[in-house]
Amino acid sequence: MGGYEFDLWVFMLAAFLGFQLIRGVSPLLHTPLMSLTNAISAITVVGAILITGAKDASALSRVLGFSAVFLAVLNAVSGYLITDRMLKMFKKREPEKK
Amino acid sequence: MKLDNTLLPLIYMIAAMGFILAIKWMNSPATARRGVIVGEIGMVLAVAGTLLRFEVVSYQWILVAFVLGTAAGIPIAYIMPMTAVPQRTAFSHACGALASALIGTAEYYKGINQGPALTTTEMTALIVETLLGFLTFTASMMAFGKLQETLPQRPITYKGQNFVNLGVFAAAAGIGLALIISPDRTILFPIFTVLALVFGVLLIIPIGGADMPTVIALLNSYAGLSASAMGFVLNNKMLIVAGALDGSSGFILAIIMCRAMNRSFGNVLFGAFGQLQTSAAASEARPYRSATADEAAQILDSARTVVVIPGYGMAVAQAQHKLREMYELLTKRGVNVEFAIHPVAGRMPGHMNVLLAEADVPYDKLREMDDINPEMPNADVALIIGANDVVNPGAETDPKSPIAGMPIIQAYKARTVMVIKRSMNPGFAGIDNDLYYMPNTIMLFGDAKAFLSSLVKELAAVGRAA
Repeated sequence: MGGYEFDLWVFMLAAFLGFQLIRGVSPLLHTPLMSLTNAISAITVVGAILITGAKDASALSRVLGFSAVFLAVLNAVSGYLITDRMLKMFKKREPEKK
Repeated sequence: MKLDNTLLPLIYMIAAMGFILAIKWMNSPATARRGVIVGEIGMVLAVAGTLLRFEVVSYQWILVAFVLGTAAGIPIAYIMPMTAVPQRTAFSHACGALASALIGTAEYYKGINQGPALTTTEMTALIVETLLGFLTFTASMMAFGKLQETLPQRPITYKGQNFVNLGVFAAAAGIGLALIISPDRTILFPIFTVLALVFGVLLIIPIGGADMPTVIALLNSYAGLSASAMGFVLNNKMLIVAGALDGSSGFILAIIMCRAMNRSFGNVLFGAFGQLQTSAAASEARPYRSATADEAAQILDSARTVVVIPGYGMAVAQAQHKLREMYELLTKRGVNVEFAIHPVAGRMPGHMNVLLAEADVPYDKLREMDDINPEMPNADVALIIGANDVVNPGAETDPKSPIAGMPIIQAYKARTVMVIKRSMNPGFAGIDNDLYYMPNTIMLFGDAKAFLSSLVKELAAVGRAA
């Protein structure tokens, strides 16, 4: 099985898994869900690091890679933190005090 | 210490598992925070593993970017008021999409100038990555501008708009195809980039504020797919999985939003809704009832069940905290207060829930539309705050209405309907709402926050008198 074929299978299965998982998410949490998946997709920082840190990187690569690392880290940090900040606000009713 | 290629794939796999669990645990507020933690662990593992790869030799710029990104990210996460969450989300879609587009660009020039030359499959993935990345970047910035109200929220349409948009997209896709066939034609790449950026702008120009929930979800999906395409270029399964999860998440949310408006994707993107000048002519004076805060408080006080239906107007007026005070006063009197949330209320999926949770309304009081509609006939009062189209009975009764067939919260079935509204002017979409003229409807005129304040004051007074 060729490299790209294998990658396509991974993509297809992950997309289906995603569909199934997201269906289970309560509409209550759709906003934090979006900020969480956004933070997760900031994993593109991996690609940015490989570009920026390469030994023979050209000046163009360094500039583009540097900007991409910055943007992805910004997204990851603010995404995870704001998701947690939102989730902290979701509280159940306190038990009735009598 | 450098990681070789036996340990690294394992680390990436564990990170991907973290991302999957993170989303799985979002299914309930009880486990959701745990989900954030496993997501963070996955991310830290993947980044640490990548930094230790033997290809990575120069660290100073990476480090500087990490420090700057963190320094900018923390204040954004903590200072941002919850009402601005839709803007922040649009902004972060823009950042994420731009990041993958820039990486794609760097990969392209690296392949051309230094080699190894990109294969056709890699080039295909790269074109998808940069196309989606660049168009999502400008589209998200446009959405950000509209949400922040630096750009007009009104949809802007002109004759032949769809032809222009599709033409620009076809040109971008055609040049992308030419690049896939012969990547050496470097002159095409900047043209391709510009076309993708322009298409992103054109795509959002005709979108109105009420369609923002769908559009934001769709942009979320594109940003994720762009990241996934990067995984194909770099042959990295973790990126493919993370991007696919984000892509499918955004896509499902967009479908949910479209269903909640009874519209198709095509209609949202190319339909330019809300330009209905015709409805302005039909607004002859019709009789309606209005009441003061004092009278409204009496009615609420004698009710047993009150269903509150919030909309974007509540967010604009920042009325959620006053609303919670009213909720507490009524609950203390034994009135059962519930909140009915329409899926497209607000400017992004779940917007109302976050605002009310921030104001300390317990989340088990926030009810979904399908869940609460069967109970509406038993409600003594339906209190509508800043919502309009989502309670418009015309969606059910008038087949000619622009929102015909859209599922609504059936406020009109409640014994008494109270609407807090600034004036009788039709709402954002310019669609007249028969609900306001029904015999059991009472209009409460004023700013949502100011009116709720006086309502809370009156309720407290009624309590003391009793």
